[in-house]
Amino acid sequence: MTRTALMALLSHWRRHKLQLATLLTGLALATALWSGVQAINAEARRSYDRAAATLGQDVLDRLTAPEGVTLDQFVALRRAGWQVSPVIEGRIRAGGTPLRILGIDPLTAPPQAGLTALAGDNDIIGDFLSTPGLLLVAPETAAQIGDADLPPTRIAPDVAPGTAVTDLATARRLLERQRLSYLLVASEQPLGLPPLSDIAELDRRTPDESTDLSELTDSFHLNLTAFGLLSFAVGLFIVQSAIGLAFEQRRQSFRTLRALGLSLRRLMVLLTAELAVFALLAGIAGLALGYGIAAALLPGVAGTLRGLYGASVAGTLAFDPAWAAAGLGITLAGTALAGAQALWRVARMPLLAPAQPRAWAMASARTLTAQAGGAVALLLTSAVLVWVGEGLIAAFACLGALLLGAALALPPLLIGALRIARPLARGPVGEWLLADGRQQVPALSLALMALLLALSANVGVGTMVGSFRTTFTAWLDQRLAAELYVTAPDEAAAARVRAAGDELADAVVPIWSVDVDLRGRPGSVYGIADDPLYRDNWPILEALPEVWDRVAAGTGAIVNEQLFRGTDMTLGAPLRMAEGWEVPVVGVYSDYGNPAPQAMIGSDALSRRYPDVPRLRFAVRTDPDQAAEVAAQLRERARLPDQGVVNQSEVKALSLRVFEQTFLVTGALNVLTLGVAGIAVLTSLLTLSGLRLPQLAPLWALGMRPRTLAALEVARTCLLALLTWALSLPVGLALAWVLLAKVNVEAFGWRLPMHLFPAQWIGLAGAALLAAGLACLWPAIRLTRLPPSRLLRVFAHDR
Amino acid sequence: MLDAHDLRKTYQTGDGSLTVLDGVSLSVARGESVALTGESGSGKSTLLHLLGCLDTPDGGRLSLDGSRIDDLDDAGRARLRRDRIGVVFQSLNLIPSLTVAQNLAFQARLAGRHDPDWQERLTRRLGLDGLGQRFPEQLSGGQQQRVAIGRAIANRPDLVLADEPTGNLDETTAARVRDLLLELVDETGAAFLMVTHSDVLAARLSRRLHLSGGRLA
Repeated sequence: MTRTALMALLSHWRRHKLQLATLLTGLALATALWSGVQAINAEARRSYDRAAATLGQDVLDRLTAPEGVTLDQFVALRRAGWQVSPVIEGRIRAGGTPLRILGIDPLTAPPQAGLTALAGDNDIIGDFLSTPGLLLVAPETAAQIGDADLPPTRIAPDVAPGTAVTDLATARRLLERQRLSYLLVASEQPLGLPPLSDIAELDRRTPDESTDLSELTDSFHLNLTAFGLLSFAVGLFIVQSAIGLAFEQRRQSFRTLRALGLSLRRLMVLLTAELAVFALLAGIAGLALGYGIAAALLPGVAGTLRGLYGASVAGTLAFDPAWAAAGLGITLAGTALAGAQALWRVARMPLLAPAQPRAWAMASARTLTAQAGGAVALLLTSAVLVWVGEGLIAAFACLGALLLGAALALPPLLIGALRIARPLARGPVGEWLLADGRQQVPALSLALMALLLALSANVGVGTMVGSFRTTFTAWLDQRLAAELYVTAPDEAAAARVRAAGDELADAVVPIWSVDVDLRGRPGSVYGIADDPLYRDNWPILEALPEVWDRVAAGTGAIVNEQLFRGTDMTLGAPLRMAEGWEVPVVGVYSDYGNPAPQAMIGSDALSRRYPDVPRLRFAVRTDPDQAAEVAAQLRERARLPDQGVVNQSEVKALSLRVFEQTFLVTGALNVLTLGVAGIAVLTSLLTLSGLRLPQLAPLWALGMRPRTLAALEVARTCLLALLTWALSLPVGLALAWVLLAKVNVEAFGWRLPMHLFPAQWIGLAGAALLAAGLACLWPAIRLTRLPPSRLLRVFAHDR
Repeated sequence: MLDAHDLRKTYQTGDGSLTVLDGVSLSVARGESVALTGESGSGKSTLLHLLGCLDTPDGGRLSLDGSRIDDLDDAGRARLRRDRIGVVFQSLNLIPSLTVAQNLAFQARLAGRHDPDWQERLTRRLGLDGLGQRFPEQLSGGQQQRVAIGRAIANRPDLVLADEPTGNLDETTAARVRDLLLELVDETGAAFLMVTHSDVLAARLSRRLHLSGGRLA
């Protein structure tokens, strides 16, 4: 009985192969985009975990000082019996990519530091400690740095990507730094030790207090997850549409099977099993596709994370069975969600229900009213969250309510717009087109909602990225006002630069900096000269009066936006920059793309506090036309390497390249979501094309040609797509505003002005029309090729 | 007015070809009403479709007012259906997205021959007063067929074809609809051909043709 019933149910799919393909495609696409994003997130988190575990940062306490730890302090602590180990940390560029250098002392490093690569291998330890030293790096890092001018490398799979672990002396040489960054404190210490404060003035920090990379990047991954969820939802629209139609078309079969003795319970079990098998098949295909998408996007994501947070993520993907199982799980859950309504209908269907497919997709006026009510409630919730919500979760909840509310509002709004347009219709065909359009809206609503979500996301994210790009470009002009930037390798070369610069250029402005903790996070303080370079150009967002005079006098500091917003600062609030050194914050400047807090104060004040600060960097003002010549002269006279003098235009070009790389992934996900929405429209039209015949056949019989009807079908779909696009503009702009004013501030610490890009909207209108036009082209062509007998069969259908 | 000579129609089936019409010849004059009867599968509907330019014959000749219409292209056949022929099917006649008033006027407006006074008279005669703004799904079966009849007549066509127009209705309603149809066709003076299974109805028309095995008996 069960087998026979199953064969009868499955026979539907043999006769409706396109419908089956639609269902499987929707499920596979939904799974692919969701699991692809999850694979990327999992890979990134693995990298963070490796980074966090390097040198036991996740378990060991640290001793730090704002100006760094001296070797004398380390020796004093060891002599007092404290089990501490020195570390120097910093970044250099190698092979065109940033490389984090961790200098350690293998002889005093506690076992929790996890230096397995050095364990029990005397040859490696020998190379590690001798000149030229040895860099322990992950395989992908070794490939990235290639043949850069660095000490030999040795592969150590435990080391985080983008990091090189080396001996203290090698690190000091590479980073050109004398002071230690911090001391690691072994978790087990001898009894009876003197208190730390009696030996050295150092801050002790437990791992919980330190900034965790995964916490910092959580917002980015939440962003990706939101995009994945959006794509998944768009895919499920296709699935729900296909399941709904298939179930309606099989009403007669369900009725007959039940009349022949199949219990409702067994019928439900069979239908559920059928959907589960489809979900598993499509889920496996989706996982393969998702793996491909993740592998293709991961280098872009790695670039984004490097650009925004300075986080290193492996650019290659590892297969994780848990990820595959979770992907299949979400496919099954999604299928259950998409099929729940159809299954519920079957469960409630009376045995003697009408056999003919009813107008399954025609929503009643009551449904539309309920939908409109739900939309208003969600949009109000979104508005309330904008004003009262705080934090990233509230911001995303606001976005979710906005998008869902807009999607629910779409069918009533489209019907309303078509009703308003009614007086504009000329002739009976125009009237029919608008009236038919109104009637088709509920049938196409799921696909149009998917299109709305995709278009809104494109408008929103496009506006955000465009606003960012515009602001960033203007900011670069302000920030990189000097024509040349010079880095001398040592003090002697720096003196030569100053001497040559005084003769060749209009001004040589020093840029000095020290690494310190600012409000509990590692950052830097810059010492700047009192120069028009800053007074006239620096991108100040808000400031107290006489800001530059106070900065020059060392009686006030300006801070970057990230530090200001991230720690809820106010102008005038004190900022501690070292032990016993506090100055009020007198201004805020924008500092896009920098993940770390930063402050600026007059160079005299900085050098009074840090007499040993390296004075190796300079901004050189000159006639822009002479910049190349001055650069060449500086290199020659100060005997600088080529990379010692950088032209402003090169830095800008590099910065813009980094910027474009940063938003590569967002762009790719935008295109993919729009593509899925296009497929949703196509599949809806294909599945509906069979139901359209009874509506079109009378028109044909009255003298309208199939070609005309097909053209009208295309026009109607394009009209609905255009109206959907029009609605997506306000929704997308609201989305952009929330992204710029809420999500970005929470995630990155900066707030950007919103710019509008009408050309982009017109491009999207073209994309929407193209997607809708392509989607309805095939059903339209099929309509033109229908033989009269097929159309006439409509009128004989009930006989 | 309508002349058919030696019409043939064959369909391809899985088992080979099936000849549905095998040399049918007939004429219908203006103002004449003809009943077309026959068993199920005898080819009645196929013949009606050929006469209404809804389908094309495989052989034979078909002319309207002396002009051949069997060799018209798709556009020509569509024009003829729009301008000169009214068709009433058994069901699914109406355009669901349009109101009753819009359905009634649709074909006449397509042909550019919409006459509001005539439509108003038709609406009254058909008993559709007050239903103009309703949609087809809000009407009973009998009301829907009356709208379909009105639409076919609103154009004042030369030829009215009906394919068992009351087959889906109960006897009382069917009789009322049938009477209306015959009265209105009579008023327009159009040639009328109706497929029916009903001997009673066939007897009320001026002539009766019986189709059997694809041939006229």
